[in-house]
Order: sequence, then structure tokens, then C-alpha cells
Amino acid sequence: MKILVVDDETDIKTLFEQRFRKEIKEGIMRFDFAYSGEEAIQYMQRNNHEAVLILSDINMPGMSGLELLEKIKKEQYVPPPVVMIITAYGDEETKHKAESLGADDFLTKPLNFASLKDKLKSNFI
Amino acid sequence: MQVNSSNETNYIVFIIAALVVLILLVGFILYFVVSYRSKQKDYQLLEDQKKKIDEQKHILEKTLEELRATQQQLIHAEKMASLGELTAGIAHEIQNPLNFVTNFSELSTELISEMKTAVEHHELNEVLSLADDLALNMEKINFHGQRAGSIVKGMLQHSRSGTPQKELSDVNRLVDEYVRLSYHGMRAKDKTFNASYDLNLDPEIQPFPIIPQEIGRVILNLVTNAFFSVNEKRKRTFENYQPLVKISTQKKEQEVIITIEDNGEGISDENASKIFQPFFTTKPSGQGTGLGLSISYEIITQGHQGKIELNNHLNQGGTSFTISLPL
Repeated sequence: MKILVVDDETDIKTLFEQRFRKEIKEGIMRFDFAYSGEEAIQYMQRNNHEAVLILSDINMPGMSGLELLEKIKKEQYVPPPVVMIITAYGDEETKHKAESLGADDFLTKPLNFASLKDKLKSNFI
Repeated sequence: MQVNSSNETNYIVFIIAALVVLILLVGFILYFVVSYRSKQKDYQLLEDQKKKIDEQKHILEKTLEELRATQQQLIHAEKMASLGELTAGIAHEIQNPLNFVTNFSELSTELISEMKTAVEHHELNEVLSLADDLALNMEKINFHGQRAGSIVKGMLQHSRSGTPQKELSDVNRLVDEYVRLSYHGMRAKDKTFNASYDLNLDPEIQPFPIIPQEIGRVILNLVTNAFFSVNEKRKRTFENYQPLVKISTQKKEQEVIITIEDNGEGISDENASKIFQPFFTTKPSGQGTGLGLSISYEIITQGHQGKIELNNHLNQGGTSFTISLPL
């Protein structure tokens, strides 16, 4: 399974690559990065028919994470990608909105990487 | 007989002369009395008028003083209102770097633990690789700490009253910072807000003397208006409309040009002539003070001897503002 991290903050790449250095080194996980919703859509079109887990931020210039989620769920990719929403705003309203759009999980920033690692591993088993 | 007659004539002449002298004397006295009274009256009238003028002058001075105080209060109120608009953007802009500080420092603790294990196993290459990662992390922590610090500094400068001084400032950094604040502020305030922005900053621009917090306010005002306009158009347009705000800086001989362009609703010709007037706003009640553009105009033209111009593209849709700042 490929993991696509979508965030307009480019340092997220360094953070994930260091945090999951062992898993990447051992080939257990593979991370790709998109810095906007539009880039994520292009990635999905290129990787159609592949199992993808998307970790997306909400607040990004242009297409927001929630719009990306809506588009991805509407496209009905096969296999359907798992979408986890990550946001700095942990309010209930946003969480309900994400859930109603079909988000598989909702995480808040700063990321708890221990918990994220468990969640990612459970998706690989 | 002749002598008596002559004496009598002399007597009569004397009496007549005396009477004439008396009449003249009385006449002069009367003239002086009347003239004196008239002058007294004139003098009194002048005194009264002077008093009235003094009173009016005092009232005018007081009114002017009150007007100046009200103007200062309004400028302060506008500053606070825009600061209020910024709050959500500031929260986001500070939260993001702080998240990185938290995550990179947690990660560094783990890397040190891994490094100890690698040292125990004499894995020199692994130790060096971990040391490189740690060095990178420290850089990131420092960068994001400073990023959060500069947001707080900008916020404090934004709300500070008094007369700020010009200082050598990086206008590109200022534009980037305030555009992000405005964007995230709009996004946090209105969950349905959706727009793209495009920054095109000229790397040739060196720091030059401006009042950073004031230029920041102008950028914030213009960019927030642009985002508001494209978002309003998006709400009313069902066709394939892409809301977009383009912000660019450009060095041109002895001046720096900042352009803020949107493909929003545009400004009617009637409103275009009024936009720099105080209290003029087309925003719904409670959403604009109507002071943003008039203060921006003052900041650019009086505070920086620059120019600010509206280029209305109503026919094609949208508006653009051009600011010229002398170097």
C-alpha cells in the first residue's frame, strides 16, 4: 500500500521520512507527497487501481482537504482509497463534516506519531 | 446821541458774537459727546464681536481636537477590527510552526535514543546518518520557532499605536506573511471559503525603508477584499468559476510595484470613485468598517510618498490594485 501525504507545508516530508525511516528502509511503508489537493488528484489518476492510503490536511490553498475527500469518494476508485483527515482544527463541526463525506479517520495536529504508526500498521495487516 | 447809538450797536454785535461763540461751543461739545458715544458704541460692538469670535474660535479648536481624537479612535478601531479578522489566521499560522517544533523535537529525542544504540553497536555510518538527521531537525525547529516569533512580532506591531518609524524591510516576506494570514483567516472564519492564490515575488527586490506594519496593513486590506470578492462571486456563480487572487511584486527602476489582482465581482464605476473615501463600504453591515481603503490610501500616499491606483476590470470581471513605493 502506498501512503500519500497531502499538505501544503513542505517540511511534512522531512518529518514523515525521518519518523518512518525504519519502515521506509525495510520497505514496509512507502510515502509519496502532494502539496495541494490538485496534485493529490493527479497522483490518484496516475495510481489508479493501486491501494492508496491518503493522509490529508484540510487547510490548503486551492482545493481543501475536505473537497479532496469529497472528490476522491465520488470517483469510486478501485480499490477504494483509505482517507485519513489531519487538521489543526479539531472542532466537532469539522470532524462531523469529514465523517459525513466519508473520511475513514480524523486526526488532529500536532500529530501523535505513535498512534499514527499503529493506525497505519493496522491498515497494512 | 451818536455815541449812544454806536455803543448800542457794539453791544448788539458783542451779544450776537457771544451767542455765536456759545452756539459754536455747544455745537462742538455736542459733537464731541455724540462722537464719543458713537465711538464707545463702536468699541463695545467690536469688543462684543471679538468676544464672539474668541468663543467661536475656542469652540472650533475644541471641535478640531475632538475630531482629531475621534480620527485616532477610528484608526485604532479599524486596526483592532482588522486584528480581529486576523486572529483566526494568526492562530493557524502560529499553530502550524508550533506543531513542527513539537514533532521535530519529539523526533529528535527518539533519534538520540537510536543513536545511543548505534554507538553501542559500533555502527558508525548509522551514527553519522542519525547525526545528519538531528542537525536537520535542529534547523527545522529553529526555522519554525522563528516563523512563529515573526507572526507574533507582526501582530504586536500591527496593533501598536503611536508613530512607527521606517525601517529596512523585506517587502516580499511581508507580502507572503500577510497573504497567508489573510487566506487562513478567511478560511477559518468561513468554512465554505474557497479560493486559490498565486504569489509572484521579484527576487531582485532588496530590503528598503518602509513602515512594515503599515504596508502589512495595506496588503491585508487589499488581499482580504480580493478574497472576499472572489468568494462572493463563487457563491453566486454556478458555472465553472475558479476564484483566484494574484499577488505580485516587481522592481522597476526607482520603485517597487505591488499588484493585487482578483477575478472577483469587480467595482462599478460609480463605486470606483468613492472607494478611497472614509466609511465607504459595499460589504454587508458588520463586515467592514469602511476605513480600510482610506487608511491604506493615506499610508501609501502620505506615509510613503507612493501611489495606489485602482484598475477596474469590471467588463472582464475583477479588480486590480497597483501600489508604487519609491525606493
